[in-house]
Amino acid sequence: MNDLVRRLRVPVVSVVLALAATWLLLVVVDAPPLDALWQIWNGSLGRLSKIPDTLIAWVPLTLAAAGLIVTFQAGMWNIGVEGQIVMGAIGAAFVVRELSGPPAVVIVAAFVVGALFGIFWALIPGYLRTRFGVHEIFSGVALVFVASAIAVYLIIGPWSRTGVASTSGTDLFEERYWLPTVGADEYSWLAILVAVAAVVAIAVLMRGTRYGLRLKAVGKNHHSAFLMGIPTNAYMLSAFAMCGALAGIAGTVQALGFHHKLVPSISGNYGFLAILVVLLAGFRALWTAPIALFFAAMLVGSTQLSLRLGIDSSLAGVIQGMLVLFILVVGAWQAQRTRRLARRAETATTAGGG
Amino acid sequence: MALELRSIHKHFGAVRANDGVTLEVQEGELHGVLGENGAGKSTLMKVISGFIEADSGEVHLHGERLALQSPDDAIKAGIGMLHQDPLVFLPLTVLDNFLLGSPGSFRLNRRAGEQALREAADRYGFSFDPGALAQTLTVGERQQLEIARLLWLGARVLILDEPTTGISAAQREKLFEILNRLAEDGMIVLFVSHKLEEIEQLCHRATVMQRGKVVGHVDAPFSSDQLVEMMFGDVVVSEGRPDAALGSTVLELDAVTVSERLTTVEELSLHVAAGEVLGLAGLEGSGQRTFLQACAGLLKPKAGTIRLGDVDLTGRRYRNFLDAGVHYLPAGRLEEGLVAGMSIAEHFELTSGNASFFVDWNGAEAAATRDIEHHFIKGTKESVAESLSGGNQQRLLLAMMPDDVRLLLMEHPTRGLDIESADWVWTQLLARRESGTAIVFASADLDELLRYSDRIAVFFSGNVLRIVDAGTTTPDELGFLIGGKESVP
Repeated sequence: MNDLVRRLRVPVVSVVLALAATWLLLVVVDAPPLDALWQIWNGSLGRLSKIPDTLIAWVPLTLAAAGLIVTFQAGMWNIGVEGQIVMGAIGAAFVVRELSGPPAVVIVAAFVVGALFGIFWALIPGYLRTRFGVHEIFSGVALVFVASAIAVYLIIGPWSRTGVASTSGTDLFEERYWLPTVGADEYSWLAILVAVAAVVAIAVLMRGTRYGLRLKAVGKNHHSAFLMGIPTNAYMLSAFAMCGALAGIAGTVQALGFHHKLVPSISGNYGFLAILVVLLAGFRALWTAPIALFFAAMLVGSTQLSLRLGIDSSLAGVIQGMLVLFILVVGAWQAQRTRRLARRAETATTAGGG
Repeated sequence: MALELRSIHKHFGAVRANDGVTLEVQEGELHGVLGENGAGKSTLMKVISGFIEADSGEVHLHGERLALQSPDDAIKAGIGMLHQDPLVFLPLTVLDNFLLGSPGSFRLNRRAGEQALREAADRYGFSFDPGALAQTLTVGERQQLEIARLLWLGARVLILDEPTTGISAAQREKLFEILNRLAEDGMIVLFVSHKLEEIEQLCHRATVMQRGKVVGHVDAPFSSDQLVEMMFGDVVVSEGRPDAALGSTVLELDAVTVSERLTTVEELSLHVAAGEVLGLAGLEGSGQRTFLQACAGLLKPKAGTIRLGDVDLTGRRYRNFLDAGVHYLPAGRLEEGLVAGMSIAEHFELTSGNASFFVDWNGAEAAATRDIEHHFIKGTKESVAESLSGGNQQRLLLAMMPDDVRLLLMEHPTRGLDIESADWVWTQLLARRESGTAIVFASADLDELLRYSDRIAVFFSGNVLRIVDAGTTTPDELGFLIGGKESVP
């Protein structure tokens, strides 16, 4: 019980602080706070017709977050996950444009190639990091821009719509290659299934397997892990590959399940947002699913704000950012406090002749 | 008119780094501070230069009591410290480095700075171009730059912490010349070293420290004998080591040259037999760690061969050394051995040698509980490594060691441990030795070296000065060798 209280203290305090800050912000811009929050809820999970919209955001966010769990466990900031999503979408688009055959085969092939493209794009910062010590944040960010540029080039160049070259995207893919849905307008069950499976698989891999245990050692103390005989570089590269694969799958889902074409902003910033999801989840795989749902709801629900209350929809981003900020601050404060208490206890025992 | 320290106390946890240090240095005096590693010299210097705050005690300069809470306070009071690694920003020019931290208005006065730098350079014979990049300077020139900067900031007390590490003999002579000239100008110079000959050559007076306390003050000319005795105290060599039968050669080095940063071990030939304990003596950074890392396969030798039993492992990977039965336990238990943030059970599982894809956590936790009891570790299976005391971290590290180790390489097996843990560690190590493991360990503790080694290799500035038989050598002889003196006068 006491343990649970201690564990929940950081998130609860953070959420309260973030809500208070949001409240203040809304009051300052002269908007009714309660009404705004109600609109967000009503525009996302609060209404049945809006739930598919929320899930459209939830799936790629969750997939990217699950992937980031792996690289974080290996102690690395795979910021480039955004670009890996774009590359996955390009790979998937390539398959459905160039291949023709039974939909099941083509779709599976699109997932495989999408994942491979994501892996390739993730292994570049991984290789630069392990071979030359280039920090993965810098190479990752650079590669996000490169991936976007490739997408734009394809859209206005080789894959441009017949007759018009426009940044609005390629031609729609053949409808039989779209991800299967239950009703006409609803989101694909397959995409949701893939996201759920990814979260569960990553959770098991990180907590229950020797691979996860060793990866944790690599992430927490690269040097000690190496001395224990763990091939640290191989483990770091495998983490990048795994994250790249999940990001590539997220890109595939975006292309085949939502846009049904390749568009320039196909990654939708879900990669960057997923980093916040993982931070908020405290690097625990299973927690990413509900937190991603919360983020997706905020994202989708806040589009109602401008419509109904004339507030800019970026409010969602403000709330999410503040939440993460408070989590980090409160977490650091908690850690500092724990250390201080431990030190005091130690001094007490030393003084007592222990 | 002098620098005066009165009863300085500084504790780190249970360790009394400075335990009532009192010291007085006159203007124009070159004052040596001598002591083994861990004697408290560096702590004392950091207190004087404001890097750490003393628990109690007073620092007076020219009759005025100083309140030192930061390096800034110290430099304002006229106390400057030259660190072992000079604080030089390599990508900046000499002049920019010189101007860094200079007092005055927001706007830099480059011309005044350059002139001051040239004046200092002329006066003390510094040899560098203000426009050159700092990275083109030698370590000795970086020191000169730092000294020039401290002088310009108004330093009247100059503290040098092991300034001769990693500089050439010529640069050392130059440094001593500069220090002598500074002293003639009335500067107070505190010179920290563990090299006897440097103190003898340079200083007017010396203070010897041991275990946080001042053992005594000595005036020049110094007697090496007396200094050694003061540094190491009376080492009581306790009961004889259990003799074990030596087996075949386990480790064999032939003319190995290996270097790491500032330290180079040159053309070292050496062999260790199964069941033998080889102690490595010497001051920190004399090459012991470089040697151990080469034996562990972490540093590749530039020349020579390393053999383990019949296998030539020269230039092979760390993994091959592990497979051949080498096990290395470095000094940093929590930095290069254990993983902070992971539990005891996780540590045991990591090094269990199990290969199954899924971890059987129930089994692993039960095994961890057994191992914790068996090795008398004070902690539970959930305890994270950083929550353990030094002694328990060492117990955990030994408990994690595989059974079939042929060559155990270890740094400071009992540093910072209480007596009970230290005894336990050596009981374990000697049991390993009984079963034929060769043990090579570095230590700064003469008592430990003499008590447990069969032979002791004494390192001095990168080379093995001599290998002595632990049964026949004396603490005095070891002390002299460690200080770089080949023979007892």
